[in-house]
Amino acid sequence: MSPAPLDASLGKEQAAAPSPAIRLRALNLGDRTYASALVSFGGLLLAVAGVIVVSLAHLAQPTLSATGPVHFVLGTDWNPVSGSFGALPFIYGTLVTSAVAIVLAVPVGVGLAVFLAEMSPRALRRPVSFAVETLAGIPSVVYGLWGLFVLVPILRDPVEPFLAKYLGFLPLFRGPPIGLGFLAAGVVLAIMILPTIASVSLEVLKTVPAPLKEGALALGATRWEAVRIASLPFAKAGIFGAVLLGLGRALGETMAVTMVIGNSPSIHASLFAVGYSLPSVIANEFAEATTKLHTGALAGLGLVLLGLAVALNGLARLLVGRTQRKLA
Amino acid sequence: MTAAVKIDVARLDAWFGRVHAVKGVSIQVPERGVLAVIGPSGCGKSTFLRCLNRMHELVPGARAAGRVLLDGDDVYGGSVDPVLLRRRVGMVFQRPNPFPAMSIRDNVIAGLKLNGLPRDTDEVLERCLTQAALWDEVKDRLGGSPLALSGGQQQRLCIARALAVEPEVLLMDEPASALDPIATARIEELIHELKERYTIVLVTHNMQQAARTSDLTAFFYLGELVECGPTEQIFTNPKESRTEDYVTGKFG
Repeated sequence: MSPAPLDASLGKEQAAAPSPAIRLRALNLGDRTYASALVSFGGLLLAVAGVIVVSLAHLAQPTLSATGPVHFVLGTDWNPVSGSFGALPFIYGTLVTSAVAIVLAVPVGVGLAVFLAEMSPRALRRPVSFAVETLAGIPSVVYGLWGLFVLVPILRDPVEPFLAKYLGFLPLFRGPPIGLGFLAAGVVLAIMILPTIASVSLEVLKTVPAPLKEGALALGATRWEAVRIASLPFAKAGIFGAVLLGLGRALGETMAVTMVIGNSPSIHASLFAVGYSLPSVIANEFAEATTKLHTGALAGLGLVLLGLAVALNGLARLLVGRTQRKLA
Repeated sequence: MTAAVKIDVARLDAWFGRVHAVKGVSIQVPERGVLAVIGPSGCGKSTFLRCLNRMHELVPGARAAGRVLLDGDDVYGGSVDPVLLRRRVGMVFQRPNPFPAMSIRDNVIAGLKLNGLPRDTDEVLERCLTQAALWDEVKDRLGGSPLALSGGQQQRLCIARALAVEPEVLLMDEPASALDPIATARIEELIHELKERYTIVLVTHNMQQAARTSDLTAFFYLGELVECGPTEQIFTNPKESRTEDYVTGKFG
């Protein structure tokens, strides 16, 4: 390479002082005000989150130090009267009901979104979207009521006996069909998070570029194959986000779960069994929590719930990041 | 031309809703011939192209009527599965559209995978990328992302992807309009090589490109076929005055 002189002259030009016009722009008052306003809004948000976490921790501190944080999380006995606080049954209940909800709602929700985005006749799109939005607007106490008086009897008979008969070889589907319990809570949660998953996935699928889909179709792909090789990979990260939103709602849902889970701190492999969830305990016991230890325990449950949500979120993001980075 | 007729289009009409985009077009393309379709924007040339592999009907409200024969069989016949048709009639789009989530390798063999990976994919991979004049540039990064390639390379990747399913016809919808002159020249060289094996229909805005690459040229205007003939004649001695005005740059 020979153009050394050219390089030298370029260097000289760069070294020259920036013109006054450029320097002035850096001091532009409007931009700076705007930037500092945004920074302070963002900072305020972080501060509020921080205050909540810190004050929860402060509230929980007496119980956590009396019980020991490890025993608090892994202990299975919860007895406010005798001062024994072990949160594991509630963590278990929250995780199991959320898992049931995700397993049921993701295929239906993503499938619905794919159908609406790629396959459905246009005339059908509006009414179905409207129905989905309506589902999203139903208050959770109404879901709970419906779950208790409609869903639970149906689960008791015929659904649970049917599952026990044909899938009873799995520990998940054993035991007396009570109706109330993990399964009921999971199904109610699934219905509640379905609109979130479906509508966010639909928005993501709408952003798939038409030429990408046409590229697949032009290769001789069927419509389903085009969805599989072109649309879904493009929308994958966004659909994952939709699932996370749904999961977040399932983890924190209080009222509907409280009404159908049975509210009994126990750990059972069977989905037919009754259980308890973290938010349900807090909702049921906050009024009678008069001792410092008891309020501290409830605050501790709040912290655990928060930690659970953050941990699952982080894990999911890690998974998405890894699949995306594989190609880079 | 003595070669057999590969594509025989007769009185083809195409609509978008109530817009009559292609009006009664009849054209014949010989086997291993290159037909260039030219005309101003909105003249129906892309729609015409998309009728040949039944991509047109995928647009909501779009429909087509008329006869399109591929080796004598009606493409719009009742027993024809458009999915199978599109494996015989490949397509390259205006903008490169590689599958972004797949590696370069998987992009090339994506069409084969749909058929269930029948053969030695490494052989297909090398053959198609070589035919698309891309092999030397990507052979060391077949597992990498197609998005790391330049626009021209991406377009050649899309050509390789279309070739992998071994089509008989290649439809190219302004394949070089998003590319710089050097990449365009490579695509044109490629068309020259590909016509040894494939029948090609090329839609282009670029009249020099049509003149350089094609055997036949069709001039479309407002949805009608104004004139179709040997490329040299269209550019030097057209029968229609509208064709002459267009190719000499008086309008369009």
